Parts: sequence; C-alpha cells; structure tokens
Amino acid sequence: MLQQIIFYALAALTVGSAAFTAFSRNIVHSTFALLGAFMGVVGIYVLLAADFVAMVQLLVYVGGILVVTIFAVMLTQGIADVTVSNREVGVIPALATSVIGVAVMLYAVIRTPWHQTPVPAAAPTTYAIGNAFLGDYVLPFEVASLVLLAALIGAIVISRHEAKE
Amino acid sequence: MQELINNIVAAGTFGKMPETLVAAIVIIVLSAVVFLGIAFPFAGIVSWVERRVWARIQSRVGPNRVGPNGFLQWLADGVKHVCKEDVIPTDSDHQLFKIAPYLVVLAFVLPWAVMPFSSSLILADMNVGILYMTSVTAITVVGVLMAGWASNDKWSLIGGIRSAAQIVSYEIPAGLSIFPVVLMTGTLSMQGIIRAQGWAPQHWFLFANPFTFVAANILYVSALAEGNRTPFDLPEAESELVAGFATEYSGMRYLFFFMAEWGNLFIIGAIITTLFLGGWQFPQVSNNAVVMNILQLITFNVKVLFLVFVSMWIRGTLPRVRIDQLMSLCWKYFVPISFVNMIGTAIWVAIWPEGNSVAGYIMFALGIVLAVIFIQRVMYYLRRSRMELYFRPTI
Repeated sequence: MLQQIIFYALAALTVGSAAFTAFSRNIVHSTFALLGAFMGVVGIYVLLAADFVAMVQLLVYVGGILVVTIFAVMLTQGIADVTVSNREVGVIPALATSVIGVAVMLYAVIRTPWHQTPVPAAAPTTYAIGNAFLGDYVLPFEVASLVLLAALIGAIVISRHEAKE
Repeated sequence: MQELINNIVAAGTFGKMPETLVAAIVIIVLSAVVFLGIAFPFAGIVSWVERRVWARIQSRVGPNRVGPNGFLQWLADGVKHVCKEDVIPTDSDHQLFKIAPYLVVLAFVLPWAVMPFSSSLILADMNVGILYMTSVTAITVVGVLMAGWASNDKWSLIGGIRSAAQIVSYEIPAGLSIFPVVLMTGTLSMQGIIRAQGWAPQHWFLFANPFTFVAANILYVSALAEGNRTPFDLPEAESELVAGFATEYSGMRYLFFFMAEWGNLFIIGAIITTLFLGGWQFPQVSNNAVVMNILQLITFNVKVLFLVFVSMWIRGTLPRVRIDQLMSLCWKYFVPISFVNMIGTAIWVAIWPEGNSVAGYIMFALGIVLAVIFIQRVMYYLRRSRMELYFRPTI
C-alpha cells in the first residue's frame, strides 16, 4: 500500500519533470527539470531494491551528465529566444513521425508479456554486480570501456585542434 | 533502527496502525531530530568558531559581544538574516532564483542519513553508504549553477561556472581515493568500513599501507575543493567576484548557501574519519552499551572536529590558488596519483589479503616523525618571527 503510493508519487515526479523538459519554452528551465526526472528514476531504483544502481544513477546522471548538459546550454549563445533550428522539417512530417513512434511503442508495451515478480527485499547487490562484471560479462564490460576510451581520446583531439587555431 | 521500530510497534504506542506507517513516522521524527538538532546548529556554531579562529590567526579578537565569548553570535546572525528583506532582482529568473538555495541545503542535509556517530547511532546503515554520501553531495553543483544562472549577473554566472567546474573535476580524485578502502574492506557500508578498523592508530586505514596514506591526503584536499573552501574558494572570491554565485542573494536565502558550506565541513571530516581514522572505534572498556555508545560518539566527534579545525587553520594560512593551478593540481597530479593508489592497493591486497600489521606500525611511526618535523618547523618560525605569544582563548 505505502509502496504503491510512493511508486506513483515517484512515477508522477519522473513523468511530470520529463514532460516539463519537453514542453517548456525556456530551454534552461527544461534542463533543470531533468533533475526531477533523474531523481524520480533514482527513487524507483531504490524501490526495486537496486541500491547500487540507484547510487550510480545519482552520481553519473545528476553529478555528471546533468551538470555537463547545463554547462552546454548556458554557454550556448541566444538560448533565451525560441527559434526553430531546423526549417527543413515542418509540422506535418514531425506529427507523422511521432504518431508512428508512439503507436509502435504502445503496441510493444501492450503485446509484451510483462514478467511480474513481487518486490524483492532490500539485499546487498554490489557484490553480485562486481562478480558479474569481472566474471561472466567481462568481455562486454571491456568493450564498453574501449568505447569510452575512444570517446575520451576523440574529445581531446577535437579540443586540441581548436586550441591551435 | 529496525529494533527500535519493532520495540515501538510491540509496545503498542500507536495502537493498530500498520507497521510500515509506524516505521515511516519513526524515521521522519528521527531525521528531523538529527537535521534540526545537530546539522543546523552545528553549521551555525562552526561559523562562530571559524570567525574566532581566523581572528586569532590574524591577530584580531573576533566576535565576542553576543553571549559568553560571543558564543551566541550565530543566533544573532540568523535572526538578523531572517528579518532582512528577501530581495529578488527584477531581471532574474524568479522561480529558479528561489529554488536554488533549497537544492544546496538539500545536498547538505541528505548525507546526515548515513552519518555513523557510534556503533548504534546511525539513521540508516545502507549497504552503499559511502557511495550514497559522495553522490548526494553532487546535487550541490546543480543548485550552485542554478543560482549563478538565475541571478542574471556576470559575477554570479562566473562564480557558478567556476564552482561547477571545480566540483566536477575534484569529484574524480575524491571518488578514486575512496576505492583503496573499499578494496581493503570489500564493503561500501559506513559501519562495515569502521568495523574493519581498530581503535589504535596502527589499525587505522590511514596507516594501513603507503597508498592509503596518500589517498587520505588527496581525499581531504579534494573534499576541501569540493566544499569551496580556501585555498580553493574561487567561486566566491571576494576580491574578484563580490560573492560569486551568492552575489544577488540576501537575507535567509544568502545564509542558506553559507550554512551548507559550514555544515559541509562536518561532512568532509566525517568521510575522512570513517574511511581512514577508525571512525568511532574505542577500546572496549565497559560492557554497558549506553556507556560505550557515548564514548564512541565522543571519539567520532573529536576526530571530526579536529579535521574541521584543520580546515579553518588552512583557510587562515594559505592564499587562494589560481584557476589554472587548481585545474592542473587536479588533472595532472591528483588523478594519476589516485590511479597509482588504486592499483597499488589492489596489488597490496592480493599479496596480503588480511592486511600487513608490520606495515601498520612502520607507517604509524613515519606518521609520528612527519608530525614531529612539522611541529619543529612551526616552532622554528614562531621563534624567528619574535612575536609576543600569549595564550588567552577568552577575551
């Protein structure tokens, strides 16, 4: 009962903030509204007894991605005025794309046989995650870190090139 | 925590209410006691102590009018700020301007949930305690950036961006310096980390091996940088940016930023104490749980308050660093050294899974030698400066 109330409150926070992000006319407000969406997801992870994932979500998304996004938005010129950035795509193609997208997603959501289990009791998950990463899933883990390394080197190359000019 | 809730439910104080609701009420009441009774008064009292300590370092007297030795200065300041007008600039972004201080205070209040005051005095001993503590403080950045942008003022914006850049950079060495301890204990829980240490200094993780000693120092400096403390107080550098991101704030909203800053000193000290200084560990002198808990509470607070004092001492002694020095210190020195620490500790743990007690004694002896050399240098300069020394803490 209490868990359901908390779940719906968190879901409302997440969806409400995400909607605000999508519909706000002020892009800075949109960016700050992402905080609510990320925090709502953290809460849902906690409710699902995924303590480690929740904390990493908080550390990476709120502490890293959100801050970098805010930085990018703040340092962009002319963020206050609303202008259509891409005039090639009009209202009608956009509407058609979104209707098709929503239809496909709804179809998938309705047709998927959802695997329902009772809420697990809060138990330490860190140990199991660590073992999985360095055991069965060591190859995907290393491949993912290779992608991140490539991104890091790419960022350094791009910023150095700009510095020379 | 769970025992307390079970006892209350068994005693029937709340009648036939569902157990989850009773648990929620107990947790909310206890949290309110911790936040209102410990966190906020601590932040206030530290503001007074800090002003007195700086005053002594700078050969002044400091606030000594309100109450005995000016002890009630923080209450007077609080009342003054509540009474002041809450000015909101016309051209500012009103909603964001109002929300920003609350986010900063939120980030300061949340870590107290896992503050290990003693073996039983802890609100929630989470499995991911230390990770929680470092990640919730990340919300500060969002509040500071919000304040800087919403003020619509160049000083605020520069202050906010400097603060965010600084916090995001120093989070990396700080996070990496936690790993050696986690590698040695195999747990992220605050109480688990403290239980893995002993009460004697040679059993602290500070002296466990050379890598953890370096990690502790890096963590302390990084935490000072994350808390916008001198020598890293660029975001609110008075000589350059008026008051940085807080320039346009007045009244209680202004005080919120500084309350969070002073309160964060305790959190910085608590993180270092938990990870490296043995936390609340105290020799088992009594079988009475209450007596032991009080002794542990005192031990923990003495260690934390010592670190708080050191940060005031640093603030009174060192000049502010430049922004390029700040960044090169972080990225060119702390991050590589932290990686070396991590790999070094991993190798150490692979060789001695149970820890090496001889290394503990040797490191502790080296630590004492370092302290003695430091005190000798300080005494040497004190003699050379030929100033008139007297010790009168109460003027």
